[in-house]
Amino acid sequence: MEKIPILRIGKVLLVTIQVDMHDRLALALQEDLSERIVRDEANGVIIDISALDIVDSFIGRVLSNTAAVARILDAETIVVGMQPAVAITLVELGLNLTGVKTALNVELGMAMLSRRLRS
Amino acid sequence: MSQPSSNILADVINKYEAELTNDWKRTLTQVSVGTGLESELAQLCTQFLPLFSRAVQRAAQENINSTEWDEARNLLAEFSRLRARQGFTPTQTAMFIFSLKQPLFSLFRREFATQPAELADATWLSNTLLDQLGLFTVEVFQQSRDQIISRQQQELLELSTPVVKLWQNILALPLIGTLDSSRTQVVMESLLQKIIETGAAIAIIDITGVPTVDTLVAQHLLKTVAAARLMGADCIISGIRPQIAQTIVHLGVDLEDVITKATLADAFVVALQRTGATLSPTLKA
Repeated sequence: MEKIPILRIGKVLLVTIQVDMHDRLALALQEDLSERIVRDEANGVIIDISALDIVDSFIGRVLSNTAAVARILDAETIVVGMQPAVAITLVELGLNLTGVKTALNVELGMAMLSRRLRS
Repeated sequence: MSQPSSNILADVINKYEAELTNDWKRTLTQVSVGTGLESELAQLCTQFLPLFSRAVQRAAQENINSTEWDEARNLLAEFSRLRARQGFTPTQTAMFIFSLKQPLFSLFRREFATQPAELADATWLSNTLLDQLGLFTVEVFQQSRDQIISRQQQELLELSTPVVKLWQNILALPLIGTLDSSRTQVVMESLLQKIIETGAAIAIIDITGVPTVDTLVAQHLLKTVAAARLMGADCIISGIRPQIAQTIVHLGVDLEDVITKATLADAFVVALQRTGATLSPTLKA
């Protein structure tokens, strides 16, 4: 079964989603990620979804849940690179992903995390 | 209506075509004084009468939608469209056809002076046909007007949603005019697209030019703000007038999560602070 790779950069985990997200893959990612946060003692997670053209309500909810789980494990989650069409769809669906931090791209997301870690 | 009466009508028109054309032109000149299009109308009369008589002769029923009337209808449609574009009134357009009645009827009266039955038949038939043709011109006129209006709407939509870059990483979206669903959609899309292009961290939505804010407009604004936030940019709403602020509170719209400022200048200062830039006055020597 295909897997989404999780890269570690210092105390930050970087997840770049480059395949079409289907429901099982999303759930597997959520599980992998929570395990890795504990194992690597990470305190930041960046999920890059710039290659995703479609995000449905389920994937949106999984992202939200993942962020909530990470927060309990003391890691800040930032979703980066959301496409305009995806943002509009999520808002129309009523999913505002409250509680999930966002940034325009990975670089800005990293800067945001390092600011947070320093303070 | 029986075949003979349409034949009679066509015969009379063919027989007195030149005279009828002249009479018609004269009537037209009387009703359209000052429009300065007499020569154009006169030319149209000369073109239209043969088409009219041929259609009358060939068509079996008194219905101008049949194929026999195609030529006459096309000529009239072209004329009506032109009139709509030139900004004439529907009356002025329809008068072209209706002004044919008077010369035609006086011709009948002379021709059928001793035949009341034929007179009545011919009058009735031509009256029905001319009424239909007149209504047809008005219809085409209306259609082309509608086309003009929808084209202008489209142009307005494109013109009225500029996203401007105020500073590095700061965008501004001055909204002018009433916001409806389709316009908000365009606004939202162009703003988000521009955020991607410029990598802006903050967008200022200025609603000084929005006359009224109802629940729908507020909803649209909140959606735009939420979508921008999902992409990683913050939004500031500025230019809220006192009345609009009162309306928003009365409507119970929750703008709690959105930064709001009274003027674009205030919003700009906040945006500069957020992006790490500072403004300081330079002392002149």
